[in-house]
Amino acid sequence: MTERIHRLRQRSLHAVPCLSPERAVLMTEFYKSGAAERVSVPVARALAFEHLMTHKIVFIDDLELIVGERGPGPKATPTYPEICTHSPQDLDILDSREKVSFSVNDGTRRFFEKKLRPFWQGRSIRDRIFEAVDDEWKAAYEAGVFTEFMEQRAPGHTVLGDAIYKKGMLDFKAEIDAQIDALDFYNDPDAFDKREELKAMAIAAEALIAFARRYAEEAREMAEREQDPARKEELQKIAAVCRRVPARAPRTLWEALQYYWFVHLGVISELNTWDSFNPGRLDQHLYPFYKQEIESGTLTKKEARELLQAFWIKFNNQPAPPKVGVTAQESNTYTDFCLINLGGVRLDGSDAVNELTYLLLDVIEEMRILQPSSMVQVSKKNPDRFVKRALGIVKTGFGQPSIFNTDALIQEMLRQGKSLEDARAGGASGCVETGAFGKEAYILTGYFNLVKVMEITLFGGVDPRTGNRIGLATDDPSTWQSFDDFFDAFTRQLRHFIDIKIKGSLIIERLYATYLPAPFLSILIDDCIANGKDYNDGGARYNTSYIQGVGLGTITDAMTAIRHHVFDRKTHTMADLLDALAADFEGRETFRQTLLTDTPKYGNDDDRADDVMQRIFEAYFEAVDGRPNTRGGVYRINLLPTTCHVYFGSVVGATPDGRKAGVPLSEGISPVQGADRNGPTAVIKSAAKIDHLRTGGTLLNQKFTPDFLKDDDGITKLTHLIRSYFKMDGHHIQFNVVTAETLREAQKHPEKHADLIVRVAGYSDYFVDLTVDLQNEIIRRTEQVAC
Amino acid sequence: MIMEVAGVIFDVKRFAVHDGPGIRTTVFFKGCPLRCRWCHNPESQRLRPEPMAGAGRRYCGFVGAEGDPNVVGRSVTVEAVMREVEKDVVFYDESGGGVTFSGGEPLQQPHFLRALLEACRERAIHTVVDTSGFAPWPHLAAIVELVDLFLFDLKLMDEVAHREYTGVSNQLIQENLRRLLDRGARVVLRVPLIPGITDTEANLAQLTPFIAGLPGVEAVHLLPYNPIGEDKYERLRKTNPLGRLQTQPDDALAAISARFSSLPTDVKIGG
Repeated sequence: MTERIHRLRQRSLHAVPCLSPERAVLMTEFYKSGAAERVSVPVARALAFEHLMTHKIVFIDDLELIVGERGPGPKATPTYPEICTHSPQDLDILDSREKVSFSVNDGTRRFFEKKLRPFWQGRSIRDRIFEAVDDEWKAAYEAGVFTEFMEQRAPGHTVLGDAIYKKGMLDFKAEIDAQIDALDFYNDPDAFDKREELKAMAIAAEALIAFARRYAEEAREMAEREQDPARKEELQKIAAVCRRVPARAPRTLWEALQYYWFVHLGVISELNTWDSFNPGRLDQHLYPFYKQEIESGTLTKKEARELLQAFWIKFNNQPAPPKVGVTAQESNTYTDFCLINLGGVRLDGSDAVNELTYLLLDVIEEMRILQPSSMVQVSKKNPDRFVKRALGIVKTGFGQPSIFNTDALIQEMLRQGKSLEDARAGGASGCVETGAFGKEAYILTGYFNLVKVMEITLFGGVDPRTGNRIGLATDDPSTWQSFDDFFDAFTRQLRHFIDIKIKGSLIIERLYATYLPAPFLSILIDDCIANGKDYNDGGARYNTSYIQGVGLGTITDAMTAIRHHVFDRKTHTMADLLDALAADFEGRETFRQTLLTDTPKYGNDDDRADDVMQRIFEAYFEAVDGRPNTRGGVYRINLLPTTCHVYFGSVVGATPDGRKAGVPLSEGISPVQGADRNGPTAVIKSAAKIDHLRTGGTLLNQKFTPDFLKDDDGITKLTHLIRSYFKMDGHHIQFNVVTAETLREAQKHPEKHADLIVRVAGYSDYFVDLTVDLQNEIIRRTEQVAC
Repeated sequence: MIMEVAGVIFDVKRFAVHDGPGIRTTVFFKGCPLRCRWCHNPESQRLRPEPMAGAGRRYCGFVGAEGDPNVVGRSVTVEAVMREVEKDVVFYDESGGGVTFSGGEPLQQPHFLRALLEACRERAIHTVVDTSGFAPWPHLAAIVELVDLFLFDLKLMDEVAHREYTGVSNQLIQENLRRLLDRGARVVLRVPLIPGITDTEANLAQLTPFIAGLPGVEAVHLLPYNPIGEDKYERLRKTNPLGRLQTQPDDALAAISARFSSLPTDVKIGG
């Protein structure tokens, strides 16, 4: 690591995240000016974007090569009042909470209270959403049956393809203008809407160029003042790069990286897209530039490495925007889920691993920072050497990179009707979500609490936590004659709550399409320009909506316990079980131990449990998959929790698997923490009984002791495990390589372990920043040791 | 027919990575003719199931092997064992692994072992037999064609010491080893390094020329002392005959390993 990178990295690590009012001030200023009222909504959004990009502070740090910040400085994090506004209490919590805090100064507080909130009240999308959805939706939402991503963040979840490496913003603008010229006002009833959207895109393209020019100007001025000749030259170079890109296509690695970075800032400034906008297949996109420059001698490998590392730090400077409302209290995460994809296959299906792939893996290992996150796509065509190199980083114990099955990703996309080429150019983003990069709006609508639905079923449609009847009035559990009777009731409740969730999502999709189009993002994703349609309104080539199921392990073990003890062995009646649940197993410890130890559990390759898991999967799939969204696409399922298994666990009482009330649910498709007792092959076999190819992503966490991976033999065995899982169509697997002892020690002495990064679920985070519940949940995960 | 043959095992461990090549499933037979003082599987010594506190939590968690959780050892059929073994075929295929029959001494139950080996051969599953070598030759001869690799223990070269520390003579063991090699069996020798007993100057000085005189040994594995068995004696209400020992430090292991470096075969530390 060069001295420059070392210092930039230290600065990034130590920068204090703060809440920056800059964006909120500029947005409010723009909307108050009345300019928005004179034009169509898309054009207003573009003008707002332009206002922001031409007025926000430009900031170049003294050692930087890649420039540009979203806020006025590193980790100065904006808010998005068009979407939601923070209350005085929210700001107090953000400022004072122990974990994942954002400092808020008094000026910001006053501005929020006096100017911001009064103006945006009723105008923000969050207010509109809660106005538009019905009581049934609100009751289920408040009970913790599901969450809603878009009440606080705009629909995002898309990843950039290769378009910007071939075209400058001026080229995009020329395409947009050509589309406007070609509009057929005689025969196309949507011609006006298309023209407004295309005009908005053109304004947004110019706005990004203007933003970059301001950086060019700043760098030029800094160069003039600079005494150190070496830095002067660098600043002149920065100025030249920022004049070239994004206006025109990049020619060098430096220009390509800087171009991407401006685009990234554009997307995350326009709206707070949930989530994870990122360059995707970085080793593929950058390789032509790298190769050409290395061969022609205009770039050394050392310089390339430094540029990439400088690029890495820029991601780390952008914490996820802080939330509002009850969720502000829960510590969430600074991670914004940018997931760099490496490896996989080329468009022609051949092995895509190249020299730059390995260089990027070096960068990941050396940088060892939270953002961006990273993953490797492993196809059967990729060499073992590549997998082993990635595992060499995994074993250093910071949870990166995670490992994905390219061949499964491609089949998932083909099943969804994507072309083979689009599928091969895609990958996974966020935690584990499958997408056609550069061509798809795959929007995550929220987590769905499978275990809560089972609980409501067991209580005949009533939420036992509140006593409210929020579900269907299904049969009294004491009348169930068989496991099938119970499962039928569950299936009906499941369908009922999915209906409610989708009803809300269809409304929310239209609210965004109507009030908050994203013309800048729309430039970047095919075929928004060709369709003259916004990203938020179905302009993309593919439009998918996901509902993410949570708690598969817990619900499987709970239902298996019911089948095993109530219906098969008949050792306990349903009434007895429900009494024990209602009492949270108070005075029923023996029964609880039976449920915990003498019951088949998911994760042990035991069909008695895994069959139940498959039935739950089918029921969930049937309830969701293929139902239309408002963007010309359909709803699909995936199985991932981020940290939601902790929240969902907190709203679910005791469950028949012996879990006490309030305890976190299982995460992803991993077994209940500690329930898997037959080693990693059994876990993998159980997990592979899910039909991954019918999902848009599943998440499997495994924990290994550092001892297991200390030598090459361990790495080889782990490679075999991964390859075997992928042969069975497993979608993704990730590893924590840290002992429970280390984690307990870090809980006791957080000050000594401030830099300990662990895998949570689809992303890594600082262990000391996690809530105690989440910390305990990770400690409880089964530690795989070698026999 | 062979699927109904039954025997007594005390554990099946999946993802065994030190009992032969690749990812393996190891089936632990119960019953052993030796009484090695350092034995780290004391629950393996008696042929019959026996009381052991909390055994069921850790052992034999598979269908067909349920039973009293405080008893170690289960009578199971070849069919039940094979059902468990076959679960990880995908991992064997990927890693070049398979099944390992260990113990205890698998040759204590020769019919059960042979039936299992036949069942594996039918399914093209790679087999390893981990043996003390102490068995009547006909029992070994009956399986030699069905075993892909033997892990064969060599403990003490001195016959008197061997009797003292393991309870049996080493003559039969050495004779069986030569016969196996004569029959063309693939054999990896495993030397447990027990501090002050097998890792002594005297023992090592005899071991190396002995091994050098054997034709066609695949490799020699030196196994550092593993203290995992120490708490098991307590749970079986037995007395640990050795008391607590320390595993060898890395430099001592390297020095021992160096003594074997003149051999034409591969030598490695660990299984």
